Amino acid sequence: MSDAVSPLNGAKYEGFVTVKAMGLQGMITFRGDLSAAKVKKAVKTVAGTDMPGQRECHMSGDTGVAWMSPDELLIFVPYADVDAKLDELHKALEGQHFLAVNVSDARAMFHLEGNGAREVIAKLSPVDMSPNAFGPGEIRRTRLAQIPAAFWMPDTTSVQIVCFRSVAEYGFNLLKTAAEPGSEVGMFA
Amino acid sequence: MSTRLATGGRLIDRAKTVEFTFNGKRLKGRAGDTLASALLANDQMLVGRSFKYHRPRGIVASGGEEPNALMNMGEDARFEPNQRATTTELFEGLTCKSQNHFPSLEFDVGAINTRLSRFLPAGFYYKMFIHPRSFWKHVYEPFIRKSAGLGKAPRDRDQDTYEHFYAFTDVLVIGGGVAGLQAARAAAETGAKVMLIEQTADWGGRAMVDGGTVDGEPVDKFVQKILSELQEMSNVTLRTRMMGAGVYDHGYVLGYERVNDHQPDALGPRHRLWRIRAAQTITATGAIERPISFAGNDIPGVMLASAVRDYVVNFGVSAGDRTVVVTNNDDAYRTAFALKEQGLDVPAIIDARVLPQDSVLMAQAKAQGIRVIMGHGIAGVKGGKRVTGVQLCSQAGEGAVLEDIACDVVAMSGGWSPVVHLWSHCGGKLNWDEANAMFRPDVYKAPMGDAGEAFVSTAGAANGHFGLGDLLEDAHAAGLAAATATGAKAPKGFDAPKGITVEEAPIQPIWLMPQGAGPKKRMKAWLDYQNDVKVSDVQLAAQEGYESVEHAKRYTTLGMATDQGKLSNINGLAILSDALNQPIPQTGTTTFRPPYTPISMSSIAGEARGEIFQPLRKTVLHDWHEENGAFFEPVGAWRRPYCYQQSGESVKDAVIREIDGTRNSLALLDASTLGKIIVKGPDAGKFLDMMYTNMMSTLKPGKCRYGLMCGENGFLIDDGVVVRLDEETFLCHTTTGGAESIHGHMEDWLQCEWWDWKVYTANVTEQYAQIAVVGPNARNALARLTKDDISNDALPFMGFKDIELDGIPCRAYRISFSGELSYEIAVPASYGRALWDKLRAVGAEYDVTYYGTEGLHVMRAEKGFIMIGDETDGTVIPQDLNMQWAISKKKEDFLGKRAQERSHMADPNRWKLVGLETVDGSVLPEGAYAVADGENANGQRNTQGRVTSTYYSPTLKRGIAMGLVHNGPDRMGEVIDFPKVDGTVVQAKIVDQVFYDKDGEKQNV
Repeated sequence: MSDAVSPLNGAKYEGFVTVKAMGLQGMITFRGDLSAAKVKKAVKTVAGTDMPGQRECHMSGDTGVAWMSPDELLIFVPYADVDAKLDELHKALEGQHFLAVNVSDARAMFHLEGNGAREVIAKLSPVDMSPNAFGPGEIRRTRLAQIPAAFWMPDTTSVQIVCFRSVAEYGFNLLKTAAEPGSEVGMFA
Repeated sequence: MSTRLATGGRLIDRAKTVEFTFNGKRLKGRAGDTLASALLANDQMLVGRSFKYHRPRGIVASGGEEPNALMNMGEDARFEPNQRATTTELFEGLTCKSQNHFPSLEFDVGAINTRLSRFLPAGFYYKMFIHPRSFWKHVYEPFIRKSAGLGKAPRDRDQDTYEHFYAFTDVLVIGGGVAGLQAARAAAETGAKVMLIEQTADWGGRAMVDGGTVDGEPVDKFVQKILSELQEMSNVTLRTRMMGAGVYDHGYVLGYERVNDHQPDALGPRHRLWRIRAAQTITATGAIERPISFAGNDIPGVMLASAVRDYVVNFGVSAGDRTVVVTNNDDAYRTAFALKEQGLDVPAIIDARVLPQDSVLMAQAKAQGIRVIMGHGIAGVKGGKRVTGVQLCSQAGEGAVLEDIACDVVAMSGGWSPVVHLWSHCGGKLNWDEANAMFRPDVYKAPMGDAGEAFVSTAGAANGHFGLGDLLEDAHAAGLAAATATGAKAPKGFDAPKGITVEEAPIQPIWLMPQGAGPKKRMKAWLDYQNDVKVSDVQLAAQEGYESVEHAKRYTTLGMATDQGKLSNINGLAILSDALNQPIPQTGTTTFRPPYTPISMSSIAGEARGEIFQPLRKTVLHDWHEENGAFFEPVGAWRRPYCYQQSGESVKDAVIREIDGTRNSLALLDASTLGKIIVKGPDAGKFLDMMYTNMMSTLKPGKCRYGLMCGENGFLIDDGVVVRLDEETFLCHTTTGGAESIHGHMEDWLQCEWWDWKVYTANVTEQYAQIAVVGPNARNALARLTKDDISNDALPFMGFKDIELDGIPCRAYRISFSGELSYEIAVPASYGRALWDKLRAVGAEYDVTYYGTEGLHVMRAEKGFIMIGDETDGTVIPQDLNMQWAISKKKEDFLGKRAQERSHMADPNRWKLVGLETVDGSVLPEGAYAVADGENANGQRNTQGRVTSTYYSPTLKRGIAMGLVHNGPDRMGEVIDFPKVDGTVVQAKIVDQVFYDKDGEKQNV
């Protein structure tokens, strides 16, 4: 395991919020019929949570499930467990039409911490970040300036973001720029 | 002279002096000043020169409509031209220079143009510079370019930062005057989410200067009260220094926030561009006063009446000691009162109207002892760089001078035009209000949303309501209507505050003063101060047949300057209407386009500059490449090593060394960028049979097959190796640039056409680092890292196998793009660097080299493999490349099949792929054409082929190329001519395209 390196290897920036590059996170792209009872059951067994509704995510630490589209989920499991969890899914859904692949290494993940976390995102993503429109339990699959990204709020003052690994540096620098001291907007205060 | 008064100035702090520099002169202002008020306080009325005639120009206005006071602002990395002094808040250390003059503002040689103005009428440039034709490019254009533009272009990189912000609201109110405040207050009472933006730093708008009574209290008390109420409401966002720049479809509005223009050294961005989605937008943008067209109305000291009183009331600055007011309406009388209150002299109010009885304001003026001259106008203004007096005449006559009145300021008012720009941006229509002589929004023809409902409304002066009574009621109703349109409920018993409307006598439209002004006067009556357009120019345009207002605008340049005609448009089109003898609404307005006033280019770019100008995609080995001399080239958004240069080595030599190393022993290539798409499901085989020209459903699990992909029109769009992982699962490799587009292409067909097929896809390109281990020693090197059997029997050519390399689980594909023994090793990206380092370690014994994309290209060309983008250009079909072997004849259908059967596609005369070998061994130029005998219908030399790929082959030690040639495959051995741009000709022999190891023995060992 010591051979595996996460994108940006733990980079960190202290602005008006803290920006951190996170370590390796297991992620499975799942596509299938999300309304099927068997699928719901299999997903619950693997991720320990109920099927999320549209634009929702059910997260608890490094496990959980996020809704990505009407036939797609992003399942979060510990990095070391991905293969085992994929096996579990394949066993549980044998004979069903679905797709489940490991995408853990294709992603970079960032964590924003601080009262201004919503503002940092609102500078980069065309998403209504006001507390009455978005908060914990929801996910947005959108863009961060010029790259695709998705994010959710583990709690009311932090945001977790995933983007593609090849643009991890761009993503981190974007967040860093948006979090520069003095650029607070005061919109969601 | 203009100066600071002893008292007054509600916006300035007299205790705080602020130093600034104008044209190198050190001057002093007060905190709270605008640059314009500070210049006036220092008796600097002359602020620039006009564009065409270099006429002296003074400050005319006090806001965003100012046409003259444009500055080259700041220095070096903060330099910016055309900055409006009237909207620039003064700060310590501000430096600015006036524009468009040489050698100095006071003495300008270009001013000779004004003497020549008789010879420089409207359309002069069009008439003059068309003959002789050849002069345009070499004489006229360079000359005009040099004299074009007011300010200087910046030289240095902008040192400030900029950003965007996405905001969402139910109701957006643009404009923080009393109407905007009341509209916001009413909308907020319903509980709707409200955002109110104001372009200046202060709330209350004109009412703060003009005064009035609301609910029995002075209007400034009302503003204070409503503002504090709004500040308390959690559903309301208030922003100052933020202009509504543009209104677009679907309730999209741009807000331009000048965060730090007034404190350039503060932390944070200079500008912030707000990208707002508003369910409803209310434009409470007020109104702009119009100048009056009389001879000499451009001489410094002639100002808008409202601006003259703004400077007195807001900044305690008088524009001069003696002010003559000239007007066609009652409002300008307020300027006289404001001046009188400060003890300044008002020799006369010249009112062009003849009224049966005095209005309230007239009576007040007379009671104060001001001379009010009705039915008169100004025949001419005396003075050059500064007004010294006016000549009185009868408005009805031709301008016979009745009396000279000495003064140093002329405060003019031709009436008010509602600011309808934002209303109009998205299609809101206007009505001509005859009684008030103004265009106002036609509320029945508002900008419409997707459901045919209005999404923009307007309130207050912007809607043509000027008295506080009507205005507040209008704004209140607009606020409630906008909020309820978003689904909020109107509260009961919530009424508009009661404002008092002062009774005013009606305006009389005056488009030319005096009414019968002759040609000489009309040539000195300015409409557009910045672009030097006069009444005579617009009349000439009409005379020459420019009947459409849009044509007349472009012919005369009326309203085309950086102020976009905020002062000149209505006056100009009234003159045009008069000349065409048609009513004003028939002439109409020109189109109002965003932005309302210019916004910085940097704010549009936002954060996208420097290292985050655009995303660069980097593989997990990128750092290693960088540390090892990689010479990068862009491939899509990726940066891939073209080659690795050793110290003192040229790019060409590096490529040769890399190819030799690969062919002779062992080399590594970072192939991670290749697209990888998983296609899974019971119908996956059937689906891939449609996507590729060849048969994929028959591929055995564990095997690889090269495939071609065409679009519906039959042209090649991508190629790559397809791997069958199991019965239901395929892995499709695409080109580097094709990963996202091909994935999108697949999903398009699956979602829109074959939605009932059971297939899912996933783009896993970035999940894997892929390293090609290439060369005769590839197997030997790999064997040192694994116990797994990787022999030719266990892992044959075009097979794959899961193996472990020194503890790292990998998948090894026996595929080759170089013609050598080759394994492409895929590992989870997180292990990519570790695997690379292990391969380097075992490779050392075999003198491992690392090769880049150029080595890859040359080696594939030596093998005669095609490259998407080289051999294909969107017009090439597989048959052109002699790849019939990859087109299944058994399949009923595939994308492109029918297209390829069309007559032009099946034409035997299509150019076909061959190899080209230069007779002298040189390298053919890229893209060179082979010539044929004769000329075509256009007199151009006929051609018979072109080069698609050309390289120096280190393996063959000569130039090799591929190209498409007419009947090429049937002409082996024939020599054809490729002329070069230097006039010489390269001869090349048509040969087989495979130059190296035709039987593929090297890759299959």
